Amino acid sequence: MIELGKYAGAVLGAYGVSLALLGGLIWQTLAANARARRELEKQERHG
Amino acid sequence: MSIWEYANPVKFMRTSGAVLPWVVAGAAVCTVTGLVWGFSTPDDYRQGSTVKIVFLHVPAAMMAINIWVMMLVTSLIWLIRRHHVSALAAKAAAPIGAVMTVIGLITGAVWGQPMWGTWWEWDPRLTSFLILLLFYIGYIALWSAVEDPDSAADLTGVLCLVGSVFALLSRYAVFFWNQGLHQGASLSVQSGERMSAVYRYPLYLTMLGFGLLFLSLLLVRTRTEIRRRRLAALQAREMRA
Amino acid sequence: MIALLKRDLRLAIRAGGGFGLGVAFFLILCALVPFGVGPDTSALQPIAAGILWLGALLACLLSLDRIFALDHEDGSLDLLATSPLPLEGAVAVKALAHWITTGLPLIVAAPLFGILLHLPTAAIPSLLTSLLLGTPALSMLGAFGAAVTVGLRRGGLLLSLLVLPLYIPTLIFGTEMIRRGQEGGATATPLLFLAGITAGVLALVPFAAAAALRVNLR
Repeated sequence: MIELGKYAGAVLGAYGVSLALLGGLIWQTLAANARARRELEKQERHG
Repeated sequence: MSIWEYANPVKFMRTSGAVLPWVVAGAAVCTVTGLVWGFSTPDDYRQGSTVKIVFLHVPAAMMAINIWVMMLVTSLIWLIRRHHVSALAAKAAAPIGAVMTVIGLITGAVWGQPMWGTWWEWDPRLTSFLILLLFYIGYIALWSAVEDPDSAADLTGVLCLVGSVFALLSRYAVFFWNQGLHQGASLSVQSGERMSAVYRYPLYLTMLGFGLLFLSLLLVRTRTEIRRRRLAALQAREMRA
Repeated sequence: MIALLKRDLRLAIRAGGGFGLGVAFFLILCALVPFGVGPDTSALQPIAAGILWLGALLACLLSLDRIFALDHEDGSLDLLATSPLPLEGAVAVKALAHWITTGLPLIVAAPLFGILLHLPTAAIPSLLTSLLLGTPALSMLGAFGAAVTVGLRRGGLLLSLLVLPLYIPTLIFGTEMIRRGQEGGATATPLLFLAGITAGVLALVPFAAAAALRVNLR
């Protein structure tokens, strides 16, 4: 484990929040894409 | 063969689908390697371990500005040449830019707390980023408020043009309002002389990684928008039939 | 164009308190501030310039949606768009009418409210000049925001979200000018910046606003 010293909270917090935000964005992007694809396929099969 | 061929949605879908896996792989490799490498760098003698935050802060801040510029270019292409993919790309880019701005602000605040002893400083750089975030929010809100997709693209395009001028103007006005009292250059890449190679190379890698990450998110989101548009068109046709 | 200006002014007056409402809002804001920060001169004096400018900004914002909304509803906006008068000109005239009905009364009332907030009398000339130079830009930018949001059902909140960030440069230079006037410093630099922004806005924003209006009337 890398020694972070007295600023461990700040460093881990910054990484944690940033990665969580990026993860949320990626998840939202993929979910929206999957939904759009599903609905489009349904519509094309249906119509 | 010209770049405008990609303005055709079908062609765009085919090409972006083929390119996407490579971009995603590149983004994952560069971002993860860069962040892990950056995380394992030795502590700075002055900033201690907080120097590691730079590998998130600088790429995010850089992307936040570049994404707005990209939105400006695609909005102009839409307004001048009426290519739908261009307008949809601008729409797809805005939330990514907003998230990048928030990451830049938050990492800056977390870094500033131990370093400057305060979470927030009304410093020109920080303030202009906050203003940039406001412009992103306004832009996204306008997209979601207008129902007709072409009108929305037109209005947001005009807003993006006016907003760009004012974002730039605010940046200089803010410098006039409050001269930066802190070390501004220690964060920028131009200070390469002061930033040793130990930090510089992983930083370049994360910058590349964030760029590719943006590109892959942008491609996926634009594909989503194209599919939604096609779905709406099909449904409209069904209603008429 | 003059006929349009006269018509807009007459409508604003007949609609009841077109002139008064903005000033009344401004007065309420200035009266509420001391309750928030305390009545001491030492607390009020440093923020007086900022409060006055913010008050002008918000008072201006309140009446923005009326620039185009009423005309959009009764269809006279479509007539304007098809009239020989260029839409850019019509937008500029409507912004001017908005400025005369809200900006001008604010400027007249501002010295009084400055006294309420313990603004030193030495700063009053710069307060007046900064408002005189800055508020036309507020009206013009507001007309742009109103043009963008004119067809929307819930445009009011969005309008302020879009317009307020555009007010930042004007706000910065306006308050900076008063602050320098208060300290007896040289006000030329912020004055020139303020005038430059207003001139640029008046020259260019009508085109953006007219473009947005054309989209909304399509």
